[in-house]
Amino acid sequence: MYLYDQYDQAMVDARVEEFRDQARRRLEGKLSEDQFKPLRLMNGLYLQLHAYMLRVAIPYGTLNSRQMHALADIADKYDRGYGHFTTRQNIQYNWIKLEEAADLLADLAKDEMHAIQTSGNCIRNISSDHFAGAAADELVDPRPYAELLRQWSSFHPEFSYLPRKFKIAVIASDTDRAAMRLHDIGIQVVEQDGELGAAFYVGGGMGRTPMIAPCIKDFVPLDRLVTYSEAILRVYNRFGRRDNKYKARIKILVHEMGKDSFTQAVDEEFARMLDEGIEPPFAELERIRTFFEDPLFETGASEDIDRSDPDFALWVDRNTVAHKASGYVSAVISLKPVGGIPGDATSEQMRLMADLAKDYSFDELRVMHTQNIVLPHVRKADLHALWTALDEAGLGSPNLDTIEDIIACPGLDYCSLANARSIPVAQKISERFAANGKTEALGQLKLKISGCINACGHHHAGHIGILGVDKKGVENYQLLLGGSEAEDVSLAKITGPGFDEAGIVNAVETAADVYLREREDGERFLDTYRRIGMAPFKEALYG
Amino acid sequence: MRILTGNDLKSGAVTWWTGQDWSLHVEDAVDVSGSEDEIASREEAARRVNVPYAIDAELHDGKPRPAHIKDRVRALGPTVRPDLTLKPADPDIGNWVI
Amino acid sequence: MDNMATENDRLIRYREDEAVDHAAVTVDSFLDQSSASAVRVEPGDDARELIPHLERLALVEVNFPAFGDGRGYSSARLLREAGYEGELRAVGDVLVDQVAYMRRCGFDAFDPDAPLDESDLEAALDRWPEVYQPAADSRTPIWTKRHA
Repeated sequence: MYLYDQYDQAMVDARVEEFRDQARRRLEGKLSEDQFKPLRLMNGLYLQLHAYMLRVAIPYGTLNSRQMHALADIADKYDRGYGHFTTRQNIQYNWIKLEEAADLLADLAKDEMHAIQTSGNCIRNISSDHFAGAAADELVDPRPYAELLRQWSSFHPEFSYLPRKFKIAVIASDTDRAAMRLHDIGIQVVEQDGELGAAFYVGGGMGRTPMIAPCIKDFVPLDRLVTYSEAILRVYNRFGRRDNKYKARIKILVHEMGKDSFTQAVDEEFARMLDEGIEPPFAELERIRTFFEDPLFETGASEDIDRSDPDFALWVDRNTVAHKASGYVSAVISLKPVGGIPGDATSEQMRLMADLAKDYSFDELRVMHTQNIVLPHVRKADLHALWTALDEAGLGSPNLDTIEDIIACPGLDYCSLANARSIPVAQKISERFAANGKTEALGQLKLKISGCINACGHHHAGHIGILGVDKKGVENYQLLLGGSEAEDVSLAKITGPGFDEAGIVNAVETAADVYLREREDGERFLDTYRRIGMAPFKEALYG
Repeated sequence: MRILTGNDLKSGAVTWWTGQDWSLHVEDAVDVSGSEDEIASREEAARRVNVPYAIDAELHDGKPRPAHIKDRVRALGPTVRPDLTLKPADPDIGNWVI
Repeated sequence: MDNMATENDRLIRYREDEAVDHAAVTVDSFLDQSSASAVRVEPGDDARELIPHLERLALVEVNFPAFGDGRGYSSARLLREAGYEGELRAVGDVLVDQVAYMRRCGFDAFDPDAPLDESDLEAALDRWPEVYQPAADSRTPIWTKRHA
């Protein structure tokens, strides 16, 4: 994986000292809160419902065991012994003190991590496929391109006060595991006539106006990747709306200009920029690629798995994914125990995951946008030992992509923007389905819960989505069906009037039962919904 | 009644205006109806509080209870982690929030 | 005169030439008349409209009515890309925490609404040992140095 050189380290260290100085000026009253807010946000520091919250970047979701240990140490030293993995491959700490934040950032920097641009109206952490470098179906590893864009976007002098936040995802397979088309820019590395290039999708997003990004360019040569990105950002920075915060994302600009006019504006800007020397030397991309070369996979590793323990066999079936190297799989560590808080991990669990990565996965871990952790390169022969250790620590839930593998934002329990709590709903749904035994029969069913319209819990993209709203001071939950964040991307539609907390749990079960009744061979919930439409679900829910 | 809340600038902790000072406990809050803006701007200028604002509250067993659920969650702590709230030993505290 | 003196106190320039002493006109009136040599670009203005007339401009003021509105960074940089070499002055809600980025986008003068603390300004401009990406200044990006 990528390691800092002296330049990267110097930049991150300088940023820590800049923030230390800014925090000092805030505490001394030389900066008002209005002036300080965008500065702290660009260092990941929010003022949340209960305290300051710090969001730490995990670029393209990749970290090594040393870094995971450092995250655990930070949870103990500066927070309350746990962290929350987010839907954009970051980790959040909920109880940070402003007076200690610079020291925390300095600790992060020692292990080549940072919180730079994890919030604010700037280019955010670049996300990617959590199985990058391991997936059997990828064209190339997408992470070198994400790393190149990370460097380009860090401390960008022109694009740090954009109309609104800006999120980029990079993938390199036809299977989309990064919700690529629901990003401001989604990049898919593709091959054309034997040459690699990038397809650009621009103007996707969730939030209050969900949109699927259209493809504005199906092939940009890799030695123009940064320049083309710069052209898009300049068009956005100049013409994106600033009169209304809710219409300020690039999706609105693309929508209002129309895809063709927007593309033309980008192409004109791109043509002007070609002589400006914006593109890094190609050798830089090649240098970065060397950090992402395959680990030394054992040749002839055994394909056999002893399935005599049924609990283990179930976990293997559900939580492991095909790997490009024979004898290996990617193993998913579920952070969704029944009745638990989706995405939360204690410092002890983080340390265990770090140690297991060292023992069984070439020292590497990944954070999934679904708030789970991946050990990307595990020998099949080691799976039983791995599972045993996970299971003992409460990390062995066999529920990847099932109805118990719920994405949930922090909701009203932690978030000052939220209108309703998300976590208790997730807890009750996972408990309901663990008790009624329907999880297995339901198969792949992606359930996503947001506590407000900002959609951090990706409810628009859930096979089943839940949106928490405030109904005259009482929590209320709307049900949505038919969304997908994957390559078959679609936006979920609302079923009708909302429910109270107990009602939404029942409604989810009702919708699941409609699927079980109506499904045809091999259909997932989403397939059945797409075939039969909303009407049978409405009938069962409200009829 | 109207009560005044904000966060401690250094620690970020949720605080409530008691008439003389800022407390971690909403029970200590006093009615500031009519003087909320004056107190808020004076206290913020002195950096004794960050982003103060007034909310509606009602008396509940003689103590102020915020009118809106968001402010009650804010006053107590995350309902899903009672161990991290201000009243970890009170089994009935959930009813106070919801 | 008092106003003028206060303004000059706040004005920070990183240029050797004499400051233009007459008021800047709006982009519209600049395009309408031929005599002005100083223009003020507002966030919603298209700075590209100035490009055919750069040779008669000695001062371009780019206004930041609110520091969070970043359009002025693009206005500045695209003028530099087009070859403008006159004074590029950031005016308005210009704060010390933004000046380093402004310098990188080609600004070489600042006329902030509120005076900047001198030592804070110095610290801000000395902050970055390196830069990742090219901009309108002459600094060499890290990725070029790595392969020099």
